Amino acid sequence: MKRLLTLWFFTLFLCGGYCSAQEWPYFVTYAHDLEEPGNLEFEAKTTAGTPKYGNTFYGETVEFEYGAKAWWTTELYLSGQHTSNDSTVFNGFRWENRFRPLWREYFINPVLYVEYENVNLADRSFLEITGHQSVSDLRLSNAQGRSETERSLELKLILSSNAKGWNIAENFIAEKDLNEGEPWEFGYAVGVSRPLSMAARARACTFCRENFSAGAELYGGLGDLNGFGLTATSHYFGPTLAFNVPRGPTVTFSPNFGLNDNSMGVVYRFKLSYEIQQITSWFHSGAK
Amino acid sequence: MKIRMPKFSLALLTATILLASLSLADDSWKQHVSEADRERTNPVAGQADAIAAGGRLFEDHCAKCHGADALGRRNKPNLRTDEVQNAADGEIFWLLRNGSLRRGMPSWSALPEPSRWQIIAYVKSLGKKE
Repeated sequence: MKRLLTLWFFTLFLCGGYCSAQEWPYFVTYAHDLEEPGNLEFEAKTTAGTPKYGNTFYGETVEFEYGAKAWWTTELYLSGQHTSNDSTVFNGFRWENRFRPLWREYFINPVLYVEYENVNLADRSFLEITGHQSVSDLRLSNAQGRSETERSLELKLILSSNAKGWNIAENFIAEKDLNEGEPWEFGYAVGVSRPLSMAARARACTFCRENFSAGAELYGGLGDLNGFGLTATSHYFGPTLAFNVPRGPTVTFSPNFGLNDNSMGVVYRFKLSYEIQQITSWFHSGAK
Repeated sequence: MKIRMPKFSLALLTATILLASLSLADDSWKQHVSEADRERTNPVAGQADAIAAGGRLFEDHCAKCHGADALGRRNKPNLRTDEVQNAADGEIFWLLRNGSLRRGMPSWSALPEPSRWQIIAYVKSLGKKE
């Protein structure tokens, strides 16, 4: 944890005036806004929870998001976790790509999402819920979880709208384990959010409403091809709040509450993100 | 002659496509703006507070590509040309909402409308300089 904090503060120092981020306060849901081309966003996402009859865990995911084109964003995730009374383990990586197939803004804007995952069963990142994942999966010891690595392909259809300051986003998830002959698993995520102020103030301010956005997220599993539906699935809902520090990072917090017996009681989520604008210009002579 | 006609037609078609591509490459986003969008007026045009707020938003979101002076950087366009400064507010608003994804300009629809109007007020306040 100390190392993580050191990394965060080092990045804050390194970024100085180059960093800024303005984003929706979601943890699981994707909206149709992609990373601006040439920008690199660094995110550190922490998930903490205590499953019933299990040990408290702290999942940590570091994410590097790059705007390759205005219509294409690519991301690399590295995940690890610490479980009390157990150990600290590295869980694996994900490589994600998002594409905007339509080049104008419509009432509903689709984005296609393709991700390759190589993570073990000790993963506690909660980046999505699919299939019949339940709280019992979180009681596996780290040794048990590490012994099996899942290589999977994950597809999402992201539908999202920006209107009158609001964002409404719906994600439909399909995931296929490439290792075994397991069926496709499905999941969903829905998010709604809005900045607390629609217009900026004339004078710079730190704790004014324009720097905050709030919303809510709902996500969960939808079973698999052999048993599509809500039976034996887990679901979470929670409010979320983001604070865009002027010329600095964005800090996002959300408590997610389990909605049925298959879910954990509560999962606390915390995210720190920095956007480094036009990172490629750093490598050109005369760039500021 | 009969044998050459298809070749000639093919050459003509190729030239037409090339010319169309060139004209597309040269065309302005303004061609795609509907009349209703073009006629939209900036509710905060010329207001000192809006210009100041727009300047802050410009610095946060636009300056890294277009330059702090909006004169453009590397291959990113100058916003103080005739084309931009003479554009209707509604045309610029349309561009901020839709972007020009093919050419690297992202959509800024995530910024609330009042904030986008503030940015336009600021850009227009800069005046022409090429």
